[in-house]
Amino acid sequence: MTAPHDRPSASELLESVREWLERDVLTSVEGRLQFHTRVAINAMNIVIRELELGADQEVTHAEVMKALAVANDRELADAIRAGDFDANLTDVLQALKPVVEDKVRVANPGYLR
Amino acid sequence: MPHDVIAEMTDGIRAVMGATSVTQLRRLSGGASRETWRFMADETDFVLQRVRQGTPLGLGAEPSVLKAAFAAGVPVPELVIDGSQSDVLERPFMIVRAVGGETIARKILRDDEFSTARTNLVGQLGRAAAQLHRIDTASVPGLTVEDQIHRYRVAMDTVGEPHPVFEAAFRWLEQNKPTSTGTSVVHGDFRLGNVMVNGNGLAAILDWELAHLGDPMEDLGWLCVRAWRFGGAHPAAGLGSYEQLFDAYEAESGIRPDFDVVRWWEILGTLKWGIICISQANTHLSGLVRSHELAAIGRRVCENEYDLIEMLLEGVA
Repeated sequence: MTAPHDRPSASELLESVREWLERDVLTSVEGRLQFHTRVAINAMNIVIRELELGADQEVTHAEVMKALAVANDRELADAIRAGDFDANLTDVLQALKPVVEDKVRVANPGYLR
Repeated sequence: MPHDVIAEMTDGIRAVMGATSVTQLRRLSGGASRETWRFMADETDFVLQRVRQGTPLGLGAEPSVLKAAFAAGVPVPELVIDGSQSDVLERPFMIVRAVGGETIARKILRDDEFSTARTNLVGQLGRAAAQLHRIDTASVPGLTVEDQIHRYRVAMDTVGEPHPVFEAAFRWLEQNKPTSTGTSVVHGDFRLGNVMVNGNGLAAILDWELAHLGDPMEDLGWLCVRAWRFGGAHPAAGLGSYEQLFDAYEAESGIRPDFDVVRWWEILGTLKWGIICISQANTHLSGLVRSHELAAIGRRVCENEYDLIEMLLEGVA
């Protein structure tokens, strides 16, 4: 929960809507609407996980940027494109692995091997 | 759908087909640029594809590719009417003989009725790919060679978001370009979802919209991209090994696909799908089409970054 807000927290509020979608909506629609309800539930779960994990992941991302001596993804992307990392592409990918895993952990944790 | 639209289209179809009766005309879901309709003419099922309203391009080379593929013995629906130059139905269209079966990948991969199909499918896809790559390129004059790297470089720059892993993949692909396997007709979207499958397996290859000329190994690599395994445990269409796919391809063509070349195309395919995800999310974000489904696809971009890291670090200590 974040001051000055009252309960429910942002996650708790989202969870309540997700539960309603799962319990009442999903069971009473079919076809395209049912599919779009599943997409909505999935999107809410992504936000719920991001609210839980996002702050720590931001720290990890900043550490990786620092280790690669760049300010942000834009600078890194431009440098890779310019060929600055051609000699050690695998090192860059190795360094980015935990960042990408964090993104997958929020977007679709079941995808991680 | 107002009744008179159906009645008008039914009349138009009856005229172009020279049929006595056209019945049960109904719209099915379709792709981004095509409407798909189904109907019966004189007791036989047909499928009509018509260019969507507001889509500037016509059907392109698709009718001629279908015709050439059918003539070459590739399992495809038989083209009955090429309406690419016709205005009878207001917009360009084509009519094919309907092929029965299922296209939804999750059903094909999981439902009991497709258990025999699952055993046969990878071999059938390998053979069908070899057959389609044998189509005489001169018989399809509308097709052009397309530089896939350039096409998706432009697509990514159009949106303009920074993706360091994709930049690394672009560099790697440029540095490790394989020698060309040759120039063939390439289907361009050869995967589950775009094939009709019945109880025995492959019934027809559909959706030739993205056909072009290029390295035939592009189709095999795309078939193995993790997104097109739909959760299946194996690389080829989620169902089989590279070996099974290559064995079938070789049995039909006499050409053994080179794993490293197919893998290069699989890596490019993964990058491509990642960039398509960015573009789809951007269709929502730019306001062109507001849709939470398109928005959510933006969060699938990282699945492709994850797969690219895994593939590009393979064999690296």
